Amino acid sequence: MPQSWRADTKPHKFCPGCGHGLVLKCLGQAIDELGIQGKTVFGCDIGCSLLSWDFFNLDSVQTHHGRTTPVVTGIKRARPELICIAYMGDGGGYSIGVQHLISAAARDEKITAILANNTQYAMTGGQMAPTTMPGQKTETTPYGRDPETTGFPLHGQEMVASVSREEAYVARGSIANLRQLKSFIKKALENQMKEIGFSFVEALSACPTNWRTNAAETWDFIEEKMPVYFKVGETRKNE
Amino acid sequence: MSKKIVEQEKRAFMTGNEVVAWAALAAKADIMYGYPITPQNEIMHYWTRMAPKYEKSFLQTEDELSAGFTTIGGVMAGRKAFTATAGPGNTLMQEPMSMAEMMRLPTVVVVQQRGGPSTATVIYSQQEVTMTSIGGNGEGMRIVYSTSSHQELYDYTIKAFNTAWKYRFPTFVLGDGYQAKMRESLTLYDPEARGIELIPPEAYVGKEGVPGKDRPPAHFRNTYNMEEELYELVMDALQDYEKISPDVAEYHSAGIEDAELVIVGHGIVYRAIKAAVEAMREKGLRVGYFRPVTLRPLPVPQIKELMASNKQILLMESSYGQLARLFKDVAYGSSTKINTFFKPGMGITAEEVEAAAREILK
Repeated sequence: MPQSWRADTKPHKFCPGCGHGLVLKCLGQAIDELGIQGKTVFGCDIGCSLLSWDFFNLDSVQTHHGRTTPVVTGIKRARPELICIAYMGDGGGYSIGVQHLISAAARDEKITAILANNTQYAMTGGQMAPTTMPGQKTETTPYGRDPETTGFPLHGQEMVASVSREEAYVARGSIANLRQLKSFIKKALENQMKEIGFSFVEALSACPTNWRTNAAETWDFIEEKMPVYFKVGETRKNE
Repeated sequence: MSKKIVEQEKRAFMTGNEVVAWAALAAKADIMYGYPITPQNEIMHYWTRMAPKYEKSFLQTEDELSAGFTTIGGVMAGRKAFTATAGPGNTLMQEPMSMAEMMRLPTVVVVQQRGGPSTATVIYSQQEVTMTSIGGNGEGMRIVYSTSSHQELYDYTIKAFNTAWKYRFPTFVLGDGYQAKMRESLTLYDPEARGIELIPPEAYVGKEGVPGKDRPPAHFRNTYNMEEELYELVMDALQDYEKISPDVAEYHSAGIEDAELVIVGHGIVYRAIKAAVEAMREKGLRVGYFRPVTLRPLPVPQIKELMASNKQILLMESSYGQLARLFKDVAYGSSTKINTFFKPGMGITAEEVEAAAREILK
């Protein structure tokens, strides 16, 4: 268990098979390896990410839906010496809070935003999100997402990258490759620590509860189907 | 230590928005987060000009949601943070301020009311009383100072930071387009030189030491597992709010003792009421006024006393009964008639006050 995890709140509150625990494991390991536990502030959103409000031995704040980016930005602007992390889902970051994420990237806020993309709104029971795949069944697209009437999945990571400065770090990892995901998160945090610029990591994540998938189907969705639309890799890296 | 904005007391002639920027600096505010909306813009304009000279910061955000939530971030980081807004911006501000209310965060928001809902009618209004006092999905645990002059804008902006950090409830200075844009004389002063202690801010997050090793982590949340858990927190906060209300509530009154008619109003309408009452007194009419300075919490015992005195009441405001609703709630049980004069989004002159008063006294 990472040092920066809060042991007395484990086991965590996420559903069995949920990707959040894996993303947060990578984040915890990155924090440990960088030795920043004493100066890191963690913000989490509304949606399943809120279940991480007491996940770490880090000063933390759970905010309103989509509003973690501005809260964390406000903290960073007031106390630039802190390492500030905004943790959210795809609904919070790409829909209701998209103006905050895009504006923080455009202003090159020296924060790290981490977004878990599970292609739908999980906490509210599995509705369509901007990231829902064509044909994917959700509670608000019970016959499958029809791109003709509801659009195609939003390439959020690419959107963030397109407004970010060259110095920013913008990448998409996946819980299917934890070693890589951790290295992405670590580079993102280093970008902030070196005061270089904005950093953002989208993590392809799983929601077998709302996907209604078994282990094999879950793995197939995340490893085979999602990367068709959501390309894994580093889009902006300051090297 | 940054230098003081006002070394010696001095008279100044400036717009209300400029006054707010000076007052925030005098109150040792650290950072302003803001989004442009008329009629509060010049607060940002003056802050951005003066702030760097005093090692203060500013962030222009993407909207008022962000202005409110970044202000929350600034406060949680342990800085005196504030924002300013108006009208539709105030509507968006309700979301962050409802979070501040539940987390007991000492945010300071200056609201320069504008008529609405609309655009362009940004000169004059008292139509943001309900929203500022009890907006958001909560119980309205806020402190709202309704100012009536530039001196009060200065005094109460300074006071708002102290009130917020002392009691840990979101605090609002409620002005309007008139106060924001007109020029008026006032005295600028250093609050500490006048013996006003400035309450220092405290960090909620980013505190000393490694969490989990040197100290427990600070975990703030808006999520609760059980209704009972939330109920307890809301009731605790409400109890605190009720307890501090008598200390926080402020009012002005004059001529009530022998008055046949007491005129009630707040903010800049009170200026007209005061002028009219003084003029009528000179003509021998037995009139007085009662003006709540705080709209949340209202000065409850004084209103109850007034309503028990069997005098005629005339309540005047530049909205369609927003103060009246708050006032009548306190006055409940009294049989005293409340005459009303509502002009939503329009100014009220001393002449109109006198005419309305004479109509009742006839």
